[in-house]
Amino acid sequence: MFLNMRAGEGIEVEGLARVFKDVRAVDGIDLSIRPGEIYGFLGPNGAGKSTTVHMLTTLLPPTSGRATVAGYDVVREGAKVRSVIGAALQEAALDPFLTGREHLRLQASLHSIHGEQRTQLMGKLLDRVGLTFAADRKVRTYSGGMKRRLDLALALIHDPAILFLDEPTTGLDPQSRTALWEEVARLAREEGVTVFLTTQYLEEADVLADRVGIIDHGHIVAEGTPAQLKAEIGKPTVEVVPEQPQELERLRGLLARFGTETASRPGAHAVQLDGHGALPEVIRALDLEGLRAEQINLHQPTLDDVFLAKTGRSLEGAESE
Amino acid sequence: MRVFATQVVLIAQRSFIRTFRQPGVWIPPLLFPLMLMAVNSNGLRAATHLPGFPTNSFLDFFLPFSFMQGALFASAIAGTDLARDIDTGFLNRLALTPVRGSALLLGQIGGAVGLGAVQAVVYLFVGLIAGVHVDAGAAGALLILVLAVLIAVGFGTLGLWLGLRTGSGEGVQAQFPLLFFTLFISSMNLPRNLIEVGWFRDIATVNPVSYFIEALRSLIIEGWNAEALLLGFGLVLGLIAVAMALAARQLKVRMART
Amino acid sequence: MRQRIDVATAVAYRQTTILLKNPSLFLPPMLFPLLNFTAFAGGLSRLRHVPGFDFHGGYTAFQFVFVLLQSAAFGGVFTGFGIARDFERGFARRLLVSAPRRSGIVLGYALSALIRWIMIAAVLTCVALAVGMKIGGDGVDVFGMYALAVLMNQIGVLWACGVAMRFRTVQAGPLMQTPVFMALFLAPVYVPLHLLRGWIHAVARVNPLTFLLESGRGFIEGEPTQVAAAFGVGLGLVAFFVVWSYSGLRKAEAAGG
Repeated sequence: MFLNMRAGEGIEVEGLARVFKDVRAVDGIDLSIRPGEIYGFLGPNGAGKSTTVHMLTTLLPPTSGRATVAGYDVVREGAKVRSVIGAALQEAALDPFLTGREHLRLQASLHSIHGEQRTQLMGKLLDRVGLTFAADRKVRTYSGGMKRRLDLALALIHDPAILFLDEPTTGLDPQSRTALWEEVARLAREEGVTVFLTTQYLEEADVLADRVGIIDHGHIVAEGTPAQLKAEIGKPTVEVVPEQPQELERLRGLLARFGTETASRPGAHAVQLDGHGALPEVIRALDLEGLRAEQINLHQPTLDDVFLAKTGRSLEGAESE
Repeated sequence: MRVFATQVVLIAQRSFIRTFRQPGVWIPPLLFPLMLMAVNSNGLRAATHLPGFPTNSFLDFFLPFSFMQGALFASAIAGTDLARDIDTGFLNRLALTPVRGSALLLGQIGGAVGLGAVQAVVYLFVGLIAGVHVDAGAAGALLILVLAVLIAVGFGTLGLWLGLRTGSGEGVQAQFPLLFFTLFISSMNLPRNLIEVGWFRDIATVNPVSYFIEALRSLIIEGWNAEALLLGFGLVLGLIAVAMALAARQLKVRMART
Repeated sequence: MRQRIDVATAVAYRQTTILLKNPSLFLPPMLFPLLNFTAFAGGLSRLRHVPGFDFHGGYTAFQFVFVLLQSAAFGGVFTGFGIARDFERGFARRLLVSAPRRSGIVLGYALSALIRWIMIAAVLTCVALAVGMKIGGDGVDVFGMYALAVLMNQIGVLWACGVAMRFRTVQAGPLMQTPVFMALFLAPVYVPLHLLRGWIHAVARVNPLTFLLESGRGFIEGEPTQVAAAFGVGLGLVAFFVVWSYSGLRKAEAAGG
């Protein structure tokens, strides 16, 4: 199926780093992605996600470290890497004056796919991404969702073994986003395509990815399946904001009876509860001690909690830095 | 070799289609030089009364200006289009295909070549209708078209270099007056021997644009002037070579794929 | 009236501040006239030997007047680009909402165009004097020449303002620029009017800018000519384009900015 792929090889990364002047955008990361896996690379803006993708897709040479994609070294065997990967990068990167069909024709031809084979492939892909009706319209008339679908079709035209998707659903409406998720899941499940997906959307990583790597300031701070990562954080967390800020210390002492302290927002205190059903006891204890709470929040663990636990910051909060 | 040629043709096709699907891009370069030719050839007609002026028809003398101005427009278009590709990430898309850098450059020139050819035919046709007489005959007229296209290729490639350097359409447009300046300080308006101001004449003498203009002009008002033709063709091929080298080097920087 | 002036000075202050913080904005309206000045005064000076060329002030001065008027016109047009950008970015809507007297907005843009052009004219004049331009006229004559250029500047900005307010997009730039460019080049740019022949002579004869150009050359030569006609035409055009620009403002208001 994948003519050039060395059988059984996914993506291997060892100490990969990229420095721009004084900025270490990617600071020595290690990754191992199995063939056929959907790997979610999650992090806020500026974390190093796109830089990593650019290095793995041979668009940017690494400053140090090693990476192989489908068994080919990204530095020494760049052309071979490009022959087995498809990429839909952060910008849709389309020519507004060409039609969808012309884009596909150009992409296929550059990959030396000609004649009847090209025609059939184009028809199949247009159908699969639902763009047959718009194939002969200029791309500038396309909606954002249509552009993303065309982008995906272009990434798949040469039947790649490994697909890189850099924030593929940013700016899309919920319907288009779901449609793209379904297609990505189908590619991995039915065609065995390895997918390296970067995203800043927790839900996307949670729903799609077999495994998730969380990157922040160029380092991987956590890695595992979504379930494993959330289980590390594990039990529910209760976070209390006292009505009187000066009561925070008293609150701290009280909550220590119910669980282990964990990271919280400024002005609040949070603990990871020791047992289920401890929340009613917490509320009862607050009441008995006369400690009035402005807010009580119960969190079931999310990937944002994982990020918060590892970095001390919320993923949404990290967006605004 | 066949793969390389196919790549050049594919990129050129795209460049050509893209240019001609934007009427706002290719119509002004057709009309504006013609308008200026009409205005300037009449406004400067009195120059034919100067002793030593090589022809009675200022239109014959001035026609090459249109080809030169057309070439500058081709330069701006080529550069802006490539800058847009960098800006939108389309260059990255191409970088992920097997396309060779040299094929990419040669193909990108495709739009400039196409536009240059159309412009050259239109300017010559309008000139002939307006009364221009080509002393070198039909063969000379053909050579005018060939040289005009080569000049468009040369400036178009310079435009690519600017596009690669700046990575933005505004950056290319900002450099455009400098290219225009090379046209202004040449023998565009008067033969070099009739330029009175010493420093201006000296600059016009070392300015390669003067020789492009003089080569085109020689076919119209002199017939076959081997020296003018050799200088014109030689320098334009040199311009193409230098511009290609600059653009190729800049492409390596821009498209830093491994 | 007071409110109108307040609005005008606020708009002009903002435009001028932007200009001073972005010196590169000076470049386009300065570069084109300088390029023309270099090419024409430097490359075409021999035209003064054409039989019948009766301008005695030197070819540099002859071309300086054209370039001065061109810089004035384009200084106005480039302000029009800025107005269009303000509409595209929504800032014009802020002005329309805040200004108690909206006519002051147009006045402010016109004032800022004049301020911009004064700086450019200073540079052009210095360059011309540095290359040996001779001024045959006295102080009154020189004042007259610059006064004509001021009228040209206001014609340019009011024309461009009217276009910008009607279209409210920078894509209207060529529409602002091309008619002004053609009007300038359909005047006697390279030789005096009486040396033009054919259709260009017929067009230049009725081109209103010819009056300003020929009169300006008369001033710099020290032999004022067609002064009343030039100022009459100039003021008439300013009045016409005041109406044009204010009607553009009304259209912009009706469209909600």
